[in-house]
Amino acid sequence: MNYGYYPGCSLSGTAKEFDSSVREVLSKFNIKFDEINNWSCCGATSAHATSHLLSIALPAHNLFLAHQQGFEQVFAPCAACFNRLVTSKHEIDTNKNVRSKVENLLEEKYSSAPEILNIVQLFHNIGLKEITAQKQVDLSGLKTACYYGCLLVRPDDVAGKEDVEAPMMMEDVVSAAGAKTVKWNFKTECCGASHSIAHMDIVEKLSKKIIDDAGKNGADLIIVACPMCHSNLDMRQLNIKKDYPGHKTIPVLYLTQLIGLALGIDEKKLGLNLHFIDPMPLLNSKLKQEAAV
Amino acid sequence: MKIGVFICHCGENIGKTVDCHRVAEVSALMPGVAYAEDYKYMCSDPGQNLIKQAIKDKGLDAVVVGSCSPHMHEKTFRKACSSAGVNPFMVEIANLREHCSWIHEDVPSATRKAIDLIRIAVEKVKYNEPLIPIRVPVTKRALVIGGGISGIQAALDVAGAGYQVILVEKEPSIGGHMSQLSETFPTLDCSQCILTPRMVEAYQHPNIKLMTYSEVENVEGFIGNFKVTIRKKARKVNEDLCTGCGDCIQKCPIKKVASSEFDEGLIKRPAIYVPFPQAVPNIPVIDTAACTYFKSGKCQMCVKTCGRGAIDFKQEDRLVEEEVGAIIVATGYKLYSIDKKPEDNIYKGYGEYGYGQYKDVVNGLQFERIASASGPTSGDILRPSDKKPPKKIVFIQCVGSRDESKGFSYCSKICCMYTAKHAMLYKHKVHDGEAYVFYMDIRAGGKMYEEFVRRAIEEDGVKYIRGRVSKIYEEDGKLIVKGEDTIAGEAVVIDADMVVLATAMIPQENASKLAQLLGVPYDKHGFLQEVHPKLRPVETSTGGIFLAGACHSPRDIPESVAMASAAAAKALVLFGSDVLEREPVVAKVNETTCAGCFYCRKACAYNAIERKVLKDRNGKFIKEVAYVNSSLCQGCGTCNATCPSKSVELVGFKDDQIYAEILALAEV
Amino acid sequence: MKNQTDTPDYEKLIEDITGQNSSMCYQCGKCSAGCPVREFMPSPPNRVVRYFQLGMYKKALTSPSIWLCAGCMTCSSRCPKNFKLSAFMDALREIAYKEGIQSGDKKSVAFHQTFLNQIKKFGRAFEFGFIRDYKLKSGQFFQDLDVAPSMFMKGKIGLLPHKVKNKEKIQKIFNDIK
Repeated sequence: MNYGYYPGCSLSGTAKEFDSSVREVLSKFNIKFDEINNWSCCGATSAHATSHLLSIALPAHNLFLAHQQGFEQVFAPCAACFNRLVTSKHEIDTNKNVRSKVENLLEEKYSSAPEILNIVQLFHNIGLKEITAQKQVDLSGLKTACYYGCLLVRPDDVAGKEDVEAPMMMEDVVSAAGAKTVKWNFKTECCGASHSIAHMDIVEKLSKKIIDDAGKNGADLIIVACPMCHSNLDMRQLNIKKDYPGHKTIPVLYLTQLIGLALGIDEKKLGLNLHFIDPMPLLNSKLKQEAAV
Repeated sequence: MKIGVFICHCGENIGKTVDCHRVAEVSALMPGVAYAEDYKYMCSDPGQNLIKQAIKDKGLDAVVVGSCSPHMHEKTFRKACSSAGVNPFMVEIANLREHCSWIHEDVPSATRKAIDLIRIAVEKVKYNEPLIPIRVPVTKRALVIGGGISGIQAALDVAGAGYQVILVEKEPSIGGHMSQLSETFPTLDCSQCILTPRMVEAYQHPNIKLMTYSEVENVEGFIGNFKVTIRKKARKVNEDLCTGCGDCIQKCPIKKVASSEFDEGLIKRPAIYVPFPQAVPNIPVIDTAACTYFKSGKCQMCVKTCGRGAIDFKQEDRLVEEEVGAIIVATGYKLYSIDKKPEDNIYKGYGEYGYGQYKDVVNGLQFERIASASGPTSGDILRPSDKKPPKKIVFIQCVGSRDESKGFSYCSKICCMYTAKHAMLYKHKVHDGEAYVFYMDIRAGGKMYEEFVRRAIEEDGVKYIRGRVSKIYEEDGKLIVKGEDTIAGEAVVIDADMVVLATAMIPQENASKLAQLLGVPYDKHGFLQEVHPKLRPVETSTGGIFLAGACHSPRDIPESVAMASAAAAKALVLFGSDVLEREPVVAKVNETTCAGCFYCRKACAYNAIERKVLKDRNGKFIKEVAYVNSSLCQGCGTCNATCPSKSVELVGFKDDQIYAEILALAEV
Repeated sequence: MKNQTDTPDYEKLIEDITGQNSSMCYQCGKCSAGCPVREFMPSPPNRVVRYFQLGMYKKALTSPSIWLCAGCMTCSSRCPKNFKLSAFMDALREIAYKEGIQSGDKKSVAFHQTFLNQIKKFGRAFEFGFIRDYKLKSGQFFQDLDVAPSMFMKGKIGLLPHKVKNKEKIQKIFNDIK
């Protein structure tokens, strides 16, 4: 059975390089997947911040669709979408009251929902050995800080078996792809999330703390698995540069882009040119050096 | 049979809802009742005299008392009747209070019910038999399990009263955690200075048989008559030859091969070692997992060095059997570790404080070792990472305690006091240092305790911040502590040099295993359970086994010492008589009808049923039957319920007695 | 401390939504200590819960703190009482949003209203429309003018919304919940 693919709103728009790198990398691994037909928005932050029932019903609609379309496993690269989908599934599974309300709203009976995976879990499913086996480019010159953010790991009873305080799943994938990982303190600290629009100053301050800690601990690249985190750390880094003179910029890549680089996929196809902080100077110097040796 | 019925008003407790006078009137007319009376307080002296007088005057041979729960005064009334010549087991209590007046409001119906309850008791008592208490001999020796301050105190008390005590300790030396402390609150006495005299006294006491590096392997028997098997682990050193000179330790070529247990992992120790210089007994032990000889057959430096030939590689564990009458459990505590232990999914560990990875984040016992003059830093407060004195030190209370999500819901009681002590010790030694304590509440209820904490704040300048810490991380060699002061409503972030966590007190590793061996209940945390939290705090539901110290619940040294003496007193009460009297309400097997299926034996929770072989006069085997050990039987009646042939009955609650009650009720 | 007889039973309302009672919280402050946006909040998270515990519901519901909460769940993951503070914050927001209770943070409320309108209309977030509507609502005309051109150039913002084929279902969900 193919995986179900839930791209979510941002992968179709502002985070389209996440979508393109996902597609490129999965095709290299021969992973078959289909976009869930007629998927709709999971509600993101705004739903759960204003209506509990809405925040369960909107993702549930997609869970029901996925089940109807025969998917047993669905992956959602966007960490927020992933989090809303697993939360909704968890509540419907465990709370009879909520389940019946959702069934009434969607006018359908619930039987089961597919397993929901985030992008890190997907790669673990594919197999770390598989990633290492398909490596074509030496990434060992890259020192990466794996940034999990909030929604990949919290809450711990719903988001998966990852350790909330000291997760290592992303490092495992990055190491399998051949890049180095650093030990740092802000792995799971919030970047400011959806305050990016309404309270940009908050995002700037929080994201700067994250970027600075990564740099202090020797990273020259930050890896993320969430389009909101990416936007805050990448696009907003321009604002940070302006408002905090002396700020040391660090480029930010999606996990799939890093894996794509290891697999030798062309940088345009991975959407590396769509970032606001250009990663190319770093990649050119670090990757070329290894080739020269 | 002439039955006397006595109805107690219990003041207003019964009298307000039950018309006691009427109940007495009606009771007087019941068949078999020769006399009935009601009185305001039957348990009082005049009340009891009423009963005694009636027994004499009316020649009563059985008594029914309508009163409060038998838990309260069954003993009282039994004694009163016994002194007037009626066998105490010809007395039945009808509970007119907890079963009637306290749960109903309507007077007429409550009175009717009270009459029924009396009627039932009257019918039952007609089938009662006089019973004689069971007498059990008592071995007047005690076993104390655990050689910390509680165990030592209990042993000294029992030994001081003239009885033999076996003191078993699993570590190579007695002393427990108290020997690891630097100073004790609230007096700031040097811990080892006040402890070691006790340790030596225990070692030298003629009545105390000290068995260190030993563990209790098996326990059989019952109160007054326990058979205990103790495993004396092999030190690989002959205790009779060793003089404790320490040459072997000096010459051991692998000085830093294993983590020092006594120094809480702060330093390493040799393969042959004594836990600390004042160890009692001062006889080394070989850690065979670390020793070169045991790993590869080479070395033998200690053998060559020892002038007395005391090293004995071939020494084996020995099993020692002892008979004792009382057991005192004093196994103590250990500290909760914030490390991540994947196999232990009860203990999640504290990832936000680093999972034990940061060298300069230590726990309370580690700080005690650092502050100790005999410790790894000779008493100077130094960071484990770079041995520099910390200029800013942060103490965090309630780590793992009062924490339902990652630790335990209970309060560990001692941390507020020892944290204040730690902060004071730090300020006394690092004069220009800054000390911060993050707390939720201050629990300082003992004598001079509140004043002690105020002294830390007012005289020694320790800054107390009311709130928890959310995260600790390392940056530029410092530990960034992110906390909150909820009183001011301000975030408090400190760049500390060292952090001390007051981690929760939990029971020792094998406390629950030992409890199962002893048949002593324990709670979900592994703390051993007392019989009654208010009135019987040192006794367990297993007769003859008593509790002392932190194995029961978190407590400080004065409380542990007091509890140890209390447990010793209980043992001495036991030793006060040559025989023990037990209530005869136990199970009894009808050996004629018993078919020897032994369902009862499987069902008995107290291991009180044995197999008994019946032989004829010529010694020929007839059959095997069940036999109830009346010293162990607790009278629960489970065997009675399981027996398919009704061959085992509970004396005092036999079938004919129960049926009499049911039929009496049915007649209504 | 409920001195007004017509005050809704907020404690029960919150318990219905979250399944928890605010009396669980013993005000240790760990949530506030770890909250990433605490420095921007006039009242730290534990104080918002305290207001609720004291029955000072208005103070809790009008606090900008509840809208500044980023929903990162750091508080819930570390709370020693397993109190789901993030769910509690969600519930406070839900009550304030439904009852139109104003707080000092108008921009966040505008953000959510705009976003949800987009979803209701199109089934998926139409980012250009969203940003346009948000700017109109919040008055933040000049923000992001610098990044807007690059976003267009990089194709990250489409001029037309994606539309979901069964929008009616989505609209029904929104309407039924009201």
